[in-house]
Formats: sequence, structure tokens, C-alpha cells
Amino acid sequence: MSVLPTPSQTVGPFYGYALPFAGGGDVVPAGHPDAVTIRGVVHDGAGEPIPDALLEFWTGPGAPGSMRRDPTSGRVIGRDGVTLTGFGRVPTDADGSYTVRVARPGPMQYVSVCVFARGLLHHLYTRVYLDGDAAGADFGSLSAARRATLVATPEREGVWRFDVHLQGAEETVFLEFG
Amino acid sequence: MAAGQQTEQPAEQAAGPATVQPVPDQASVDVEIAEWRLRYEKHLADGGARQNHPDRAYAAYHSTALRHPTQPLVAVADPEALELSGPVFGVTDVTDLDRDLTRQHNGEPLGERITVSGRVLDRDGRPVRGQLVEIWQANASGRYAHQRDQHPAPLDPNFSGVGRCLTDDQGAYSFTTIKPGAYPWRNHLNAWRPAHIHFSLFGEAFTQRLVTQMYFPGDPLFAYDPILQSVTDDAARARLVAAYVHELSQPEFALGYRWDIVLDGPGATWMEEGR
Repeated sequence: MSVLPTPSQTVGPFYGYALPFAGGGDVVPAGHPDAVTIRGVVHDGAGEPIPDALLEFWTGPGAPGSMRRDPTSGRVIGRDGVTLTGFGRVPTDADGSYTVRVARPGPMQYVSVCVFARGLLHHLYTRVYLDGDAAGADFGSLSAARRATLVATPEREGVWRFDVHLQGAEETVFLEFG
Repeated sequence: MAAGQQTEQPAEQAAGPATVQPVPDQASVDVEIAEWRLRYEKHLADGGARQNHPDRAYAAYHSTALRHPTQPLVAVADPEALELSGPVFGVTDVTDLDRDLTRQHNGEPLGERITVSGRVLDRDGRPVRGQLVEIWQANASGRYAHQRDQHPAPLDPNFSGVGRCLTDDQGAYSFTTIKPGAYPWRNHLNAWRPAHIHFSLFGEAFTQRLVTQMYFPGDPLFAYDPILQSVTDDAARARLVAAYVHELSQPEFALGYRWDIVLDGPGATWMEEGR
């Protein structure tokens, strides 16, 4: 590592007209045989919803085409419904909620999440596991209560709940790499 | 940041008894900035490592208070981790015009036309090729084309302030835009952000993701801004400031700025190379 990195800065409140794109949460199309919908609310340390967070989801394996552009008008026309790009991006709503539809996690058992927000100076990584045993295998050293923050709760057929707490008693486990 | 602060501050006041919290002023923020600088200098003096990124708990930027984790991050050492790969983008995701923020409307935007160009590298100095660079910014008057920015500066019908491009085989990117104005916000009384352009970058791995802000050299607001000052290491903070490069200026057209970006985090080839 010979070169020093560029520091992070907050995404601020005004990313909304730049980063989100139509269909950003549709990582797989509706009706995909392995589709699961993950939804939840991003909370601050007082338990209040955060209306200006941005979540990115990475499932692999990855191909271009998440934000396809119309070559005539330049507007975003979104995914082609066939190519699996593995990448999702959704801003939270005014009530702090988000929804993303991904393929049920394969061998890796989890979906990777990157959290940005106004007031957050450096993004945070976490993971969504649908299976508590898989989270236990990867994070056996954590207390059961902490580990539970990485596991989504089934809500109904095909829909899972995963809240993010940036701070507080239910603070989500956040990860670092390398 | 205006609207968010508006909603947060009254809530805090309502929670207390009859006493009304005074709105913090620049002097009190200056004290907070100085305290964190001293804390960092002591950390270095005690043999601590240099910190390239802001502390998420940095107090002078008041919105961090309830939005930073207090538990330590959990280290992931799995060489097969999904995060060591990352999203890819291609020619379908951008158009050639996206890099020119002055050509997105029928007329030309007001302001000082500039180019911002540079390279995106990883920690080993290798170019990040074919990856997506996204930018957004205020217009020349310091106003964002965003519903939540309602401060009394004019919108520019010929400027949206959004651009994107892919890096080339050398990791190079370039944008043509206008120099953004200073932006007032409500972190404290009379708070002004130095002119800045927001950048979003992808590397080969999701671990290399970066969202940051580029500043312009010599801005008199640097010392007053808790977001820039949240990078307490002087050398690291200097890496957020672009260089004016006269050779990059174009006669009777635009002033040229150069800003190279280095993505932190282990790359896709990190573990393969045994480091």
C-alpha cells in the first residue's frame, strides 16, 4: 500500500437527484424464481427514522447495465430485466423505509449492504443474512444479540424485514475489511 | 443540510423544560474543531496511527451525534468475502454527454466554466479502469437543484449539477462544469460550506467504495467548515483539495483543475497476491 487514500466525506442531503435511479431496488425482476424482497427502516440513535440515508446492495456476480441510459435522450431507462447486475441502490423514504428485491442469497448466504447518510462522515458496511445459522457460522464470536442484527426476519412469503440502527441499544453490527 | 437541521433542532428544544438551547455559533464550533485537533495530535504523540478518514463521531458536525455507531467495527478476514468483488458498469450506463454539466439544457449555465480531471487509483497506485464516477454540486450561486434547498439564492434553469463518466484504461476521468458557489447550512449560526463537488466512486471491490467531496484551492471557508475539518490529519485533508493547473485551462473557455483520487480498502486482487 504505497499510496495514501482520499478521505471520505458525508454524502450530505442532496444526493437525491444524482445517485438514485429508477428501478434501483429491482436487483432481480419481479417474478424471478429466486426473488426475495427485503424491506426495513434505517434508524438513528434515538430510534427515529432517517429519511436521507442511501443504501447500496451487492449480491454478485455483476454485469453492467444497472442504470442503462437511453442513447437518444440520455435519461435512465433502467435494467433490461434479463441481465443480472447484482447491484442495488435505494434512498430511504420520508419515513426512513427502503425496499429492495434481490435473488435469494446463494453460496455466500448474505447480501452485502453499504450505508450512506447525511451526518455519516464515512459509509458503513453490514450484511443481511436470511439464515441465522449462516450468520452464526460467519460471526460466531459475536453475542447472540449482536449477531441477530445481521439476520432478517421473515414477514410473509418472499418478504423479509431488515432494519438498520446506526446507533443505540439495537445498533447494527458494522463491518470492516482488510 | 438546511431542512434536516430545521427538523432536528426544534425536536431537541421541545424535549427540555423551559430553557431554550442557544443556536451554536461559529465560535463554539471553532472550539469543537480545536478540541478534536488536539485530541488527534495527542493520539499521534502517543504513537497512534495516522487517520486518513474522518472519525464518524466528529462532534463539530452536529448531525453525527445520533448517526455514528458506538460499537467497534467487526473485522472480516474471509478471503472469499463477497465484498472483495464489486459492481461493474459499462457503456450502457453512461452517455458521452454525461460528463459535461454545461450541456444538459437548452442554454448555457451561469458561472465560471471549469474542467475537473484526474485519475482514480487503488492503494497500490494502480489505475481503476472502466469504473463509474458520479458527481453532483450546487450551481454558481450555491443553490442545489433540490427541493430541500430553499435558501434565497437563484436556481439556474440551465444547470442541474449532475454528471457521470467511466474511467478510461489509465483510470482517468474528466468533467466540464461550472464552479459551485459557497453554500449556507444550519449546522450552526452563519455556517457556510466551502465550494465543493460531491464525488461517488467504485473500485474493483465493494470494499473500495468511496463517497467524498472535492474542494477548491485557497477557499477562505476551509477553517470554518466542520465537514472538511472532520479530516483532522493535515496531509489527508489536503488530499481533498484539487490543484489549479494552468496547463489544463483552455483559452477563453475554462479553468482547469486536477484532482486524483485514491480508493481505500482491499481490492479484488488483494488476497490473491497474498497480502
